[in-house]
Amino acid sequence: MRLTPKEAETLLTSGDLIALGQEADAERRRRFGDTVTFIVDRNINYTNVCESECKFCAFYKRKDEKGAYLLSYDTILEKVRETANAGGTQVMIQGGLHPDLDLEYYLKMLRLIKEEFPSIVIHSFTATEVLYFAKKAGLTVEETLRRLQEAGLASLPGGGAEILVDEVRSRISPNKISTEEWLRVHRTAHKIGMESTATMVIGFGETMADRVAHMEHIRRLQEETGGFRAFITWTYQPGHTELGGEKTSAWDYMRTLAVTRLYMDNVSHIQGSWVTQGERMGQLTLGFGADDLGSIMLEENVVRAAGTSYDMSIQKMVRIIEGAGRTAAQRDTEYHILRSFP
Amino acid sequence: MLARKEYEEIERKVLCEERLSREDGLRLFACPDLSWLGALADYVRRKKCGDIVYYNVNCHVNLTNICTSRCKFCAFGRDAEDRGAYAMEEADAIHVVEDAMRDPDLAGLHVVSGLHPNWSFEDYLSRVETLHRRFPKLYIKGFTGVEITHFAKISGKSVEEVLRLLMERGGLEAIAGGGAEILSDRVRGELCPNKATAAEWLEVHRTAHRLGLRSNASMLYGHIETMGERIDHLLTLRKLQDETGGFQTFICFPFLPANSELGKTVKQTSMFDDLKTMAISRLMLDNFQNIKAYWVMLTVPVAQVALSFGANDIDGTVHKETILHDAGATSPRALSEDRIIRIIREAGRIPAACDCNFNIIRKYA
Repeated sequence: MRLTPKEAETLLTSGDLIALGQEADAERRRRFGDTVTFIVDRNINYTNVCESECKFCAFYKRKDEKGAYLLSYDTILEKVRETANAGGTQVMIQGGLHPDLDLEYYLKMLRLIKEEFPSIVIHSFTATEVLYFAKKAGLTVEETLRRLQEAGLASLPGGGAEILVDEVRSRISPNKISTEEWLRVHRTAHKIGMESTATMVIGFGETMADRVAHMEHIRRLQEETGGFRAFITWTYQPGHTELGGEKTSAWDYMRTLAVTRLYMDNVSHIQGSWVTQGERMGQLTLGFGADDLGSIMLEENVVRAAGTSYDMSIQKMVRIIEGAGRTAAQRDTEYHILRSFP
Repeated sequence: MLARKEYEEIERKVLCEERLSREDGLRLFACPDLSWLGALADYVRRKKCGDIVYYNVNCHVNLTNICTSRCKFCAFGRDAEDRGAYAMEEADAIHVVEDAMRDPDLAGLHVVSGLHPNWSFEDYLSRVETLHRRFPKLYIKGFTGVEITHFAKISGKSVEEVLRLLMERGGLEAIAGGGAEILSDRVRGELCPNKATAAEWLEVHRTAHRLGLRSNASMLYGHIETMGERIDHLLTLRKLQDETGGFQTFICFPFLPANSELGKTVKQTSMFDDLKTMAISRLMLDNFQNIKAYWVMLTVPVAQVALSFGANDIDGTVHKETILHDAGATSPRALSEDRIIRIIREAGRIPAACDCNFNIIRKYA
């Protein structure tokens, strides 16, 4: 039986943590047995200049501010090269909404990468960026996505969703795309055969009902398109941000993670976030419904700027997964297993 | 509850309150199903202890870090001429406590120290006596089985005499659980040959219980011990508890590898291991009332989650804790009572401040 929004809200508010963990873990085991996957990829943040200026973000700068940067194509290509050399299969290119760049800049970036590294999968640009590119180019979202796809974009990461409730969004990121717009970009991407992932960021002071509304949006769109590969819950990192506040507890994170496994019954993978939870709590997500630990992240500027910095390597990742009594496997962007350990 | 077939029998035993065997314990350590283990331990916790989570508002007094024992897992002990070595005079100890007294809710002291080569038993006794006289309202818990064994040796007194003096002059109301490490002479021979043996440690607690002085017990795991040795450690404690009933709470200390000699060759335990060990302790120690999730060692987030894995005690505010922070504990130096209350409440439980004998001082229902 599918969980109703009302039931999910009750579980998020007062569900018994270990009972929920057990249910989510059973569901995870039913789907994936003992295998836990991860991907070797690199985040490339091409610029930190951003017009959106979200209050929860510690990464962005104004164009003329000290520390503002824009990577050259050469630098980006060098980073892709390093990724390929490190056995990486994917790059996740994301950046701020830079006022001086146009769609052609991104198309050329994609073409250059694919030219030199045809086998690297480009899983890049959040819905926020895609919509911004479209607006600046005066094109529809669909046309913009088609051009990006043609130039080499394979799939969209799920960032920029935060909490898909406009009341929350106007408080924490008034200049960012609306709930409807975020959903529209993903719907359109799925329509043209470009799959994506969905994220939820918790700990902004949103209500449990807000979290459920977010999950319900994704679950409904997934019913319609089937294009989401994974659902990923992060926690807001309050360090150095305008919004400030305290990081939500591991208790809250684990309980929410378990509920997402149970609620998102039509999304295949649930990713645990070692990046926001640390390595040890990252391992614990494997007991609370997660079947994937995401990327070993050769680079992650955005999270680091907010004060969370964890190292990860393939060896460490495998040790974390094996420590949980599971079998570690490196996957590609589409969740195909490339190799199992040992 | 849901479990693999081979665990059904263990689950049945737990539900019927039947005692688990050594083999059951070993099987549990081999079990990869963390959430099942947690749920089983949580079931026992709820039935045995209800929803109250104990904490205390205390101050740690570590009189000296100069220690002849120099255990391989320790990052606190030093030789007298080492950098950072210290030995508190009475005035220093008073100063530490006075500082902690700025918290009006401070209820007691946790006094644990190194085995100083030049201090007599009287040196320790007079310091704790001074604290007791100066701060008569604070309870005093302290001295591990290792220290008390040492005091008996250097003073030529019996363990019983040492304990009586600590109670009468020092106001000692409970014995700390430390120093148990792994109660195996093989492990102790390798890691800590210069201190109380397993039998000596147990004898101190047996004697204390006979004198009406209650105590805690602990296990330091995640170094060179085998899973069999962990289970045997728990069974040894369970057996003494059957005999005396004097243990109050059990504390799991995962070995923190930073800064100690042993840490060069041993990796930190995993989160799964820590929570499994917590849950298995709850299941094996069926005659212990309380299981502590010691946040100083585990970190606050892990200790909070551990409340779902059998724990019903989260230790305390621990002003001035030094031993584990020297070992590389990354947790804060102290927690405010408000934060402890919030952590417990978020877990859906009832915070209760208690003294060193688990008498409730105040409860936040």
